[in-house]
Amino acid sequence: MSDYLLMAVSAIFVNNILLAQYLGNCPFVGVSKKMDTAAGMAGGVVFVLTLAGVITWTIDFFLLRHFDLVYLRTIVFILVIAALVQFVETFLKKMVPPLYKGLGIFLPLITTNCAIFGVCIINVRKDFNFMETLVFSVTSAIGFGLALVIMAGLRERMATARIPKIMEGTAVTMITAGFMALSFFGFLGMA
Amino acid sequence: MVDAFVFLLILGAIAAVILGFSAIVFYVYEDPKIAEVEECLPGANCGGCGYAGCSACAAAIVAGEASPGSCVAGGPGVVQAVAAVMGMEVEAAETKQAFLTCTGGIRAETKYNYSGIRDCRALSLLYRGDKKCEVACLGQGTCVRNCLFNALTMSENNLPLVDLELCTGCGTCENVCPTGAIKVRRDSEKIMHFNRLDDRLAPCQQTCPAQIDIPRYIDHIKHGRYEEAVLTIKERNPFLLSCGRVCPHPCEDACRRALADDPVSINQLKRFVADYEMNTGKHLPVSVAPDNGHKVAVIGGGPGGLSCAYFLRRLGYSVTIFEMQPKLGGMLYYGIPEYRLPKKILEWEIQGILDLGIEARVNIKFGLDFDLESLVAAGYKAVFMAIGAWKYKSAGMEKEEVGGVEGATIFLERQGLGIPNPVGKKVGVIGGGNTAMDCLRTSLRLGAEKVFLIYRRSKTEMPANPEEIEACQDEGVEAILLSAPGRIVEENGKLTQLEYIKMELGEPDESGRRRPIPIKGSETLLPLDNLILAIGQYSDLSFMETNRRVKDIEKTKWNSIAIDADTNQTAIPYVFAGGDAGYGGPGILVEAIGDARKAARSIHLFITGEDMNFPEGRLKPKEHIPGTIFDSISGIEKKGRIKLSQLDPKTRIHTMEEVDLTITEEEALKEANRCMNCCLTCYDKDIKEAS
Ligand SMILES: Cc1cc2nc3c(=O)[nH]c(=O)nc-3n(C[C@H](O)[C@H](O)[C@H](O)COP(=O)(O)OP(=O)(O)OC[C@H]3O[C@@H](n4cnc5c(N)ncnc54)[C@H](O)[C@@H]3O)c2cc1C
Repeated sequence: MSDYLLMAVSAIFVNNILLAQYLGNCPFVGVSKKMDTAAGMAGGVVFVLTLAGVITWTIDFFLLRHFDLVYLRTIVFILVIAALVQFVETFLKKMVPPLYKGLGIFLPLITTNCAIFGVCIINVRKDFNFMETLVFSVTSAIGFGLALVIMAGLRERMATARIPKIMEGTAVTMITAGFMALSFFGFLGMA
Repeated sequence: MVDAFVFLLILGAIAAVILGFSAIVFYVYEDPKIAEVEECLPGANCGGCGYAGCSACAAAIVAGEASPGSCVAGGPGVVQAVAAVMGMEVEAAETKQAFLTCTGGIRAETKYNYSGIRDCRALSLLYRGDKKCEVACLGQGTCVRNCLFNALTMSENNLPLVDLELCTGCGTCENVCPTGAIKVRRDSEKIMHFNRLDDRLAPCQQTCPAQIDIPRYIDHIKHGRYEEAVLTIKERNPFLLSCGRVCPHPCEDACRRALADDPVSINQLKRFVADYEMNTGKHLPVSVAPDNGHKVAVIGGGPGGLSCAYFLRRLGYSVTIFEMQPKLGGMLYYGIPEYRLPKKILEWEIQGILDLGIEARVNIKFGLDFDLESLVAAGYKAVFMAIGAWKYKSAGMEKEEVGGVEGATIFLERQGLGIPNPVGKKVGVIGGGNTAMDCLRTSLRLGAEKVFLIYRRSKTEMPANPEEIEACQDEGVEAILLSAPGRIVEENGKLTQLEYIKMELGEPDESGRRRPIPIKGSETLLPLDNLILAIGQYSDLSFMETNRRVKDIEKTKWNSIAIDADTNQTAIPYVFAGGDAGYGGPGILVEAIGDARKAARSIHLFITGEDMNFPEGRLKPKEHIPGTIFDSISGIEKKGRIKLSQLDPKTRIHTMEEVDLTITEEEALKEANRCMNCCLTCYDKDIKEAS
């Protein structure tokens, strides 16, 4: 049990997929302008990453390794993730319309989110078992969401701050991201 | 190599099959139009429209919830393409646009000197901003800097100026404004808005029963933007030609300029732009929301009914008007005479309203030709009753039914119907309202040699428009004031004389007017050929006795239809009433128009299933926002108000020609420049004070 807890803390804070691994930067800069869109995106990522992590692990464990096709991992994962997101979109639209309304626009964006792919690859590279995959996927996604939401909060504040002209927009966002990453490194000693 | 190939092929095939099946199993019907609309949208999924992505926005457009112009990322080309898919005229399609509600700027008084961060939100955190007025524009230009489309600039008055060509109605400016001075609204949302305590309203706009944005339209006139002025009025009042002619203009009584000068002649300015529109020969197009598929019936084609139909149509309803007379217009047609409101002008105005797509059926009477059941059966979701007040009150004398004595509405209706209306040499009219004045002046024009006005109180208590009373004097009407009718003298069933008794004024009664008391022994005989009773009207509700369902509607003690004063709803939930037939009985034209908009709002909320009650903070009728009514003002020069130009009284009484003339453009500009463009507390001064 404590292993899983440790893994969670590590995935959320210490090895935050965004700030420590630097994966999934496009949505980090793109949808962090407003709190509600950031929260929506975070929710979408948790949802999709959990599914994608589990499914790609299953395919890897039962098919690729079994048939000695591990070298096809990248292309297979891309295919599976894309098909999965498409499927989830169709499924939600019919079965859970309220959820679809909330996550609708984020789903297609998530297809191209490298954090998803990154976590899936980490899962199999580290030879996680099924439970570990599940926990790691969920908590990595939470870490992603956390960083995104914090960033949105900062950027909403920055909208009223006096920022030198040349630093406005993406520039100051990158600098802020840098500071955030630094502070997250502070967790390093913990795990 | 081969196994990799085979593996990927199989995996791809499985994915394809699953997706294919899921598309069938989880198929959701979507209007093919949605896909077409989505094609037109830029696909940026920016969410600026307020919907989750372009496909959600497309769905909302097709469902009629969003306008074709709701995409903020696409330019006018996108709006056009979307409107084309939706089969809508782009001109008529509604767009959202930003507008400024504060006119303060540099003239607004400040509390302290601010030199912090140039941002309104930061400034508003310091004692709610530096302006004394708490709802003022703070002028730091946050909205200008945040506008994604460069549609805003700062004017020399330090107020944001909206470039309507560039504004896409995305709402960013409203979101960043801490005081709510800049707003983004759709036209239909403006129709649903009623004056609130936290709105920025000049005293005149607070007073106008139709809540017209008076300072704004006068400002348009000042700058020669007559079409914009017309459209500003039409936001709240479709009867600008008529109102411009007959309105007793309560707004002018509240005009702040009157504290140092004469009030601005607001109504003559309205008439000027209304006539400008008419003289162009074309009705200026107003926006109409996409059809929402609901039908509403309006009973009575007077100004109340027509206005309600106008507002409902603009909200997207299909409206049918049922009118018992051969012509639409109600009392404007069958009451107010030709020399005050020419029928041709009225008809042109009504045609403009009908052209929005309102169906009108005339010569069909409620209670006789149709009833509530038939309307419900025909699929009408709500009914608005604006049947006016066409029955005249008796003066309480005996023998009122003898030849030569009749009610004002009957007398004037004959004029409207265009049937012969002979009068004798001496005509008496009892009453002191507009109806009485109309009867007097009409009698003169019909050839009466002597006409008498008989009124219980004195001239100052007369409810008629002051202009009307003056015109009567000019035309030679003999006023017998402080006199009450007592007895009708007849010969062979025909009126010969009226006996009246002199009165004196006593203590004020509940209406605030001094109560007349008869003076004993002052009875006088007045020889008359005709006597017209113009002491008040009430609604003809006789259909209530014959119709089963209508019985549920209640009557008030004034013989009008009982309604909820806020929502205009009657005891039958889907039936609404207003205008002269509603609650307090007959009033004036602008009141009927304002009431009709209120009813249209309620009907819209009723049909969409929302709460009809006004949210907290509504500015109640006849009330003013505290602190906006002043005792004195400074910095104003006495310039005097423009005169009313009229035909010569000696010749005009022989024709039905319109008596009051429209002011010239030069006069209009001069008068418009007298307007101080007031807001809650700010106003423009003529003399700039050294500070
Ligand atoms: C002589 C006169 C002069 C006036 N002068 C002024 C003025 O100078 N300034 C001013 O502001 N106001 C004036 N008014 C008041 C103004 O005309 C009214 O307030 C206004 O017309 C009210 O509009 P309405 O639609 O409620 O009623 P109305 O105008 O009375 O319209 C009611 C309509 O309903 C129709 N109707 C009635 N019963 C039925 C039925 N059973 N079935 C179908 N249709 C029906 C009638 O034919 C009529 O067309 C005057 C009124 C009169 C009578």
